[in-house]
Amino acid sequence: MRLSSSAKVTLRVFAGLVMAAIYLPLLLVILNSFNATTSGAFPITEFTTRWWEAAFHNEGVREALWTSLRVATVATVIALLLGSMIAFALSRYDFFGKNTVNLLVVLPIALPGIVTGVALNNTFKTVLEPLGIGLGLFSVIVGHATFCIVMVFNNVQARLGRMNKGLEEAAMDMGANVVKTFFHVTFPGFRSAFVAGGLLAFALSFDEIVVTTFTAPPGTETLPIWIFNNMARPNQAPVVNVIAAVLIIVSMIPVYLSQRMTGDDKK
Amino acid sequence: MQATATSATTAPDGTAATATPAISLRQVVKTFGDFTAVQGLDLDIQQGEFFSLLGPSGSGKTTVLRMIAGFELPSSGRIDLAGRDVTRKAPFERDVNTVFQDYALFPHLSVAQNVEYGLKLRKTPRTERRKLVAEALEMIRLPQVADRLPSQLSGGQRQRVALARALVLRPQVLLLDEPLGALDKQLREQMQVELKQIQRTVGITFVFVTHDQEEALTLSDRVAVFNDGVVEQVGTPEDLYERPGSRFVASFLGNTNLVEGALAKQLTGSEALLSIRPERIHVRRLDEPVDSDGLSTVEAVIEEIIYTGPSTRYVARTAGGQHLIVQEQNDSRASGAQRGDRVRLQWSSRFNYTV
Repeated sequence: MRLSSSAKVTLRVFAGLVMAAIYLPLLLVILNSFNATTSGAFPITEFTTRWWEAAFHNEGVREALWTSLRVATVATVIALLLGSMIAFALSRYDFFGKNTVNLLVVLPIALPGIVTGVALNNTFKTVLEPLGIGLGLFSVIVGHATFCIVMVFNNVQARLGRMNKGLEEAAMDMGANVVKTFFHVTFPGFRSAFVAGGLLAFALSFDEIVVTTFTAPPGTETLPIWIFNNMARPNQAPVVNVIAAVLIIVSMIPVYLSQRMTGDDKK
Repeated sequence: MQATATSATTAPDGTAATATPAISLRQVVKTFGDFTAVQGLDLDIQQGEFFSLLGPSGSGKTTVLRMIAGFELPSSGRIDLAGRDVTRKAPFERDVNTVFQDYALFPHLSVAQNVEYGLKLRKTPRTERRKLVAEALEMIRLPQVADRLPSQLSGGQRQRVALARALVLRPQVLLLDEPLGALDKQLREQMQVELKQIQRTVGITFVFVTHDQEEALTLSDRVAVFNDGVVEQVGTPEDLYERPGSRFVASFLGNTNLVEGALAKQLTGSEALLSIRPERIHVRRLDEPVDSDGLSTVEAVIEEIIYTGPSTRYVARTAGGQHLIVQEQNDSRASGAQRGDRVRLQWSSRFNYTV
């Protein structure tokens, strides 16, 4: 389909505007993290790395970062195990209620985070707390795992669907039992989708705020929650900019890697 | 390897052969939902035989192969391998190996690792493994590609690697699912010769699925012709071609003229369906004398002439309106008949085969 040159120019301008709307504010945050004034006044008259030092030594930030890393790691591991197991079961076996299971697994991603949050909050407070499992790091991890599973599931299921099932038959034909076939042939076949799904799950968990708000006990702060709580405090604002700048860079890495990885297999 | 191809081919169908059959199917049925892919199949395949399952797509031949391999469970019936009931055994519990239609080489393993895979599972010692893999690659004349990935091979090379991977395990039975289907004509013919040679050398029973009747006739000791989930006929290629057991077999294997009614009665005295192969019929001028006894003759008008190189195909129409195809060699006896000529078609009466 050929476009006229005027259409091309118009589309280019629009695309440029949209990209600017997305990325200029991000750039502003990074610039502001070096802004010497606490108010973030523009144009920047003096650059400083003071805020970066302050952020690095800030106890609250360190603690929040450690919490976020633990939550994201455990939620991702759970998602990788359960997500790929469900994907495997759904793409390789026929059983009663298969389509329903498929729908139920994907639904949490469409559900508003606030609904998931409220639902989990109620569950933990009214049902599980009397049993000794109250809100804590565990409830945050469970909350995150609900949508992390979908990331892994979607990636792995798409790959399994495209994989040549003859390969698994070939392995069995040569004497591999079901377990060996899975680890020798099936897993290598969807490994990159598995890793890509895991990276996306990690990135999603790392910047999640809504579900976290409802599932974290008072005093437990993940990095996004810490930012949210400190944005309004004038003397903390520059540190928030630094954390935001770090988050921008850190979240880009897994997304970039997962994109490259899924692109790689399309030989 | 005592059971040679010849002794196997002479074993009569259906009845108990002297040796235990390599594969024996009894009343095997396979349904997928409402669709019956295989209906009540009885089949014995002898040790060391090159046996083909021939039929159009959807005739059930691949389903039979997959049931022998263990990928599909029969809905009812029984499958024995070398006298042992394997009906409900998993693929990895059966001493058969398969060459898949799309080869199914593991894309993440090198050629040598692909061939080595089954040996590794059997815990064959490393040095032994190396030796067997090298021999297998030697047999398919591809020792130089050992370290390449399957994606770096040509179609014909992949096909041979798939063969080596299955044969290195020395199964009792090798199953081949349209293994030459993806190759171009020239390569396919070359691979047919190689397959036949390899089968003769290793002496393993080959079960070969194909929809290509020429391929089945060329390669096989015996052929089972499938149609709509049933076996129409089992026999040697010559049996099937010269003495087809049904209308389907007669028309599926090569071209034939099916004649019934008045013309059949004129030729044989009975109205039963006749099969007359086009290459048996000769075109003669009307004034030429009938030169021997035992000939069937019929007058016809040449309606169409198709030159095909070594031979010429005529479409002739008899007075009764029956069309007959004639395949005439372009040799010194060629009639040189023209379109519209009235001619006499003649053939030895023993080629009137009642189906």
